Amino acid sequence: MTARFDASTSAPLDAYERKRLDAVRPEAWNNPEPAGPYQLVILGAGSAGLAAASAAAALGARVALIERHLIGGTCFNTGCVPSKTLLRTAGVYAEMRDAACYGAQAPAEIKVDFPAAMTRLRRIRSHLTNTTSVRLLAASGVDVYFGNPQFEGSDRVRVNGQPLTFEKALIATGARPHVPDIPGLKQAGFLTNATVFDLTELPPRLLVIGGGPLGCELAQAFQRLGSKVTIVQNMPLFLPHAERDAAQTLSEAFARDGIEVRLNTTASAVRVEGGERVVDLVSDDYHSTVRVDAILTGVGRRPNVQGLALEAAGVESDESTGVTVDDHLRTANPRIYAAGDVCLSAKFTDIAEESACIVVRNALLGGCERLSERIVPWCTYTDPEIAHVGMYVREANARGIPIKTFTIPMHQIDRAITDSEQDGFVKLHVSEGSDHILGATIVSRDAGDMISQVTLAMVAGVGLRTLAKVIHTYPTKTDAIRQAAMAYNRTRLTPRVLARLRRWLTR
Amino acid sequence: MSSLCMLSDDALLDRLQQAAFGYFVDTMNAENGLVPDTSREHSPVSIAVVGFALSAYPAAVERGWMERAEAVRRSLLALRFFRDSDQSGSPTATGYKGFYYHFLDIHSGRRVWRSELSMIDSAMLIAGMLTAATYFTADTAAEAELRELADLLYRRVDWHWSRDGTGTIRQGWKPESGFLHYGWEGYSEAIVLYALALGSPTHPVSTDCYAGWTATYQWENLYDQDFLYAGPLFVHHFSHAWVDLRGVRDPFMREKNSDYFENSRRAVVVQRRYAQLNPHQFVGYDCNCWGLSACDGPTDDQPEVANEPRRLFGYAARGVPYGPDDGTLSPPSVLTSVPFAPQLALGALRNVLMRHPEILTDDRLATSFNASVIDHNGQAWVSPGHYGLDQGAVFMMIENHRSGWIWRLLHGCDYLVNGMRKAGFTGGWLDPLVTVEVHS
Repeated sequence: MTARFDASTSAPLDAYERKRLDAVRPEAWNNPEPAGPYQLVILGAGSAGLAAASAAAALGARVALIERHLIGGTCFNTGCVPSKTLLRTAGVYAEMRDAACYGAQAPAEIKVDFPAAMTRLRRIRSHLTNTTSVRLLAASGVDVYFGNPQFEGSDRVRVNGQPLTFEKALIATGARPHVPDIPGLKQAGFLTNATVFDLTELPPRLLVIGGGPLGCELAQAFQRLGSKVTIVQNMPLFLPHAERDAAQTLSEAFARDGIEVRLNTTASAVRVEGGERVVDLVSDDYHSTVRVDAILTGVGRRPNVQGLALEAAGVESDESTGVTVDDHLRTANPRIYAAGDVCLSAKFTDIAEESACIVVRNALLGGCERLSERIVPWCTYTDPEIAHVGMYVREANARGIPIKTFTIPMHQIDRAITDSEQDGFVKLHVSEGSDHILGATIVSRDAGDMISQVTLAMVAGVGLRTLAKVIHTYPTKTDAIRQAAMAYNRTRLTPRVLARLRRWLTR
Repeated sequence: MSSLCMLSDDALLDRLQQAAFGYFVDTMNAENGLVPDTSREHSPVSIAVVGFALSAYPAAVERGWMERAEAVRRSLLALRFFRDSDQSGSPTATGYKGFYYHFLDIHSGRRVWRSELSMIDSAMLIAGMLTAATYFTADTAAEAELRELADLLYRRVDWHWSRDGTGTIRQGWKPESGFLHYGWEGYSEAIVLYALALGSPTHPVSTDCYAGWTATYQWENLYDQDFLYAGPLFVHHFSHAWVDLRGVRDPFMREKNSDYFENSRRAVVVQRRYAQLNPHQFVGYDCNCWGLSACDGPTDDQPEVANEPRRLFGYAARGVPYGPDDGTLSPPSVLTSVPFAPQLALGALRNVLMRHPEILTDDRLATSFNASVIDHNGQAWVSPGHYGLDQGAVFMMIENHRSGWIWRLLHGCDYLVNGMRKAGFTGGWLDPLVTVEVHS
């Protein structure tokens, strides 16, 4: 079985792929001739670039969008869209296996049809070109160029030899997978998010190196699809930015799924023996070896700053942190801005899009909006999902802000119990002695959706007293948010207040 | 049903405490004073268990369960062993920089299981040494030697080194790979460690080290209890075995208008509520059957088999409300809750003893049982033998509940008291002339 595993990563060029590629990189595309200086030139047509192009075009600005590879960038082609599609299929197989837990009969034999899962992935990704395509962009008034952009001065950029001048520019070239420097890894071959969705065959044994969001999501998905997954993380817990309890919950979910979890462990060397990839692992003084069919690296992302001749435009950058920007997202060159993964430490689609919209308003409308004023949620789409918004307890402690957390475990919520989804919790962090929300973490199967309610409250300046008045349809899991708010209200009933109340009630 | 259940609370506690002490009497290696981790065959020494033994001897003398001379003799055996032990830090040594490896061979006293040089377990050992030194104050050659050895062994601990240049004390160190990089954040049993490290006259940590640790705390309202979160029960107990935390407050607890003793009471309430809710529907859990803590447990781990879904976790630090929880409960952790919530702890203990009398052998509690895992006779899984940590904690917490004697004894341990003051603890017995502080 192992020897027969086909590790090639070229997806079949079926009708779905042809439709997608025709939408995001038409073969017959001819770059337009610039009519004059652009008000905004955007480098990179990923989430940030597309958001900026649409917003600027809607304002009536003369906009150019330059893309090296595919419109849609990582999120659409090799990130959120394909991964969430695959996660859904994996979740179905997990529920089949757990059918008895829901009072249903598990199928006598659960045979994973990996090609069908990948076909669905390609179908859905191509379907979404109905909203993401070069022609739609062009129709909205955006001049789309394919090629390698290079700055030639503070107000001009060249793409495939063609000079474009601009009043303002936006660098939104995104980031690429960061391949760890492990001896033998490159020779043995490995998967990244750029190639894993092109697999045609399920690797029987998969090693995931790195316990960040992408590594965790795909480790769980492939385990549920039938791979025997080992995940290696060089830290005590997964998701290093997440709250400890959230990461702990995830570790336990992985153990229940049967994922071989190796925390505090590094991969030190890779070699190929008899068609297998043999990986040496080190955890303190404990050395071990795993044999796998494929290796997926999910150890983070590096900003795409090379090849842009940024120095010619006076834009400062760093190989690991990307383009240097201020809080208004302006680079060292006041004409040039940056947005998304190329300049932000939080590399998420929603933040990329929002930062791009800030740039459009600051660059074209003379705005002075700050990124730090935005309240940014994020979510890791494992099962359960892990979502967060606002401040962490450790940040508050470091800044000397007294903080208190109202915690509602999901096993206190009726709908979570009826759905057999008691794992997880809602934690609302408030400024001690007040109902002002500083942040929140939610771990639940629907955490990504649930967190929006807290984000809304924070953006609107709504505190827990008001949240406690929000009636939720019964039974829903978001009721946990109201329960946390009601727990806050109960703390206002101090013994003194209670004594007064009792006196009044018994008058 | 266990006959112990028929006894009054006082008589029950007396029996359990005396039996717990018997663990040290029965299992100590007469050659070197070391005490095994468990009563199981070929068990290595746990240095923390030796610390509990050294702490238990004085109280046992006071209770008339051991002659003073015998207690001194036993204590000296252990202290001399540690004085003479190999401190080179080699893979087969006993310790390094004044700390000791977690597990030692009971005969040679050398490191086994490639265990780590453990800061917290060394602290519990040192706390035991200082307990003995604080009690054995007679003007005799033996007791003078005991005091000198305890002082020497405390002074040689390089607490400053254990920070590894970081903001807080590291959890451990190995000769093969250096300091462990396990995250050791959040509230834990480490108050006694920090107090000893701060109070050292030779190699102290600086006061910001304690603040650095408490900055990782989580103050949560859970099940309507405001409390400093830690999942496993033992975390809420171990430092209290030595340190009298009633009414004294560090800056964190002053800000929260609480104290660690009250916090441990609330931890009991949280455990009861969790067991009542019983999210995973394990057999037996209810408001009188709780106790998720670090303990042995049944396992479904199959050596050489990877990627099998796990439901049972073996030895693990079980905790509430985030788990892990596999239906395994720790009766000793219930009993060691007795100073904080006597009625609740004894009510639960009696209930568990009535249901599962097999958890008691020689009047000593097994470390754990799991009523969801039954044998072919329908009997709950019970961890075989006894754990020294359980017996030590049971002995000391019962003593503190009954008399507060160990707490009061250590009010006189200047090193510990100085360490607490440096950590910022004030009020209560630390400042008898200061009246209750007012908090907004």
